[in-house]
Amino acid sequence: MSINFDKALGLHADALRLRAERTKVLASNIANESTPGYQARDIDFASSLQSALADDGGLALDTGAPDMQYRVPNLARSDGNTVELGVEQAAFSQNASDFQTSLTFINMKLKGLARVIEGQ
Amino acid sequence: MSFRDIAHIAGTAMTAQSLRLNTVASNLANAQTAAGREEDTYHARKPVFATLFKGGFDDQVAGASVQVLDVVQSTEPLRRVHEPDNPVANEEGMVFYPNVNTVAEMTDMMEASRAFETNVEVLGRVKSMQQSLLRMGES
Repeated sequence: MSINFDKALGLHADALRLRAERTKVLASNIANESTPGYQARDIDFASSLQSALADDGGLALDTGAPDMQYRVPNLARSDGNTVELGVEQAAFSQNASDFQTSLTFINMKLKGLARVIEGQ
Repeated sequence: MSFRDIAHIAGTAMTAQSLRLNTVASNLANAQTAAGREEDTYHARKPVFATLFKGGFDDQVAGASVQVLDVVQSTEPLRRVHEPDNPVANEEGMVFYPNVNTVAEMTDMMEASRAFETNVEVLGRVKSMQQSLLRMGES
């Protein structure tokens, strides 16, 4: 019986990859805050993770492109830009915290594995 | 990896915003520069931003960086003032002042510097995320 790292880490590896992609999308939104006509986008995290897991139990490297959606703004702007800086900053901050959470889970799993390997 | 793209995206945004601050500085500096002819008068400058999508293959999301297309001159009418004592006044004693709206420039300046700072914070946060990713499995 061998240890399978992919199985041991579970969905956290996929979640981490999605969080990193979402960071890029949110950074793009913040960067284009003053570009006329830019439409803010976001990744539907829940459905993206569902489809990543549905492929073959969350172990796949090729998990398909994430589900992208356009954000619905609270207020319309005359230049057609739909970025609301407060919303994006909050989402970015929350996403960064969730990234750290996934990373902490992976670290805990790795620590457990190391303990098993050392036979303590 | 997406972190490298994020640094590029935030970098382009910071370049665009600092160019915007640059035009604001020129506009405010030249707000009172009079000239005797309409075509010699300073016209307010405005940068034109556009989105540049990059990547988006291999199951990755396309990042959207900022591109400065051009710096255009304002077509607002100039301020025409009767100042016969002014050495640059024309035969009718008129001088032209630039079409710089000082209040609009000030708000533009505040918006640009705030957007710049937001992107700096994005860079700092992404850096700490990348560092904690590098320390995965340690301790």
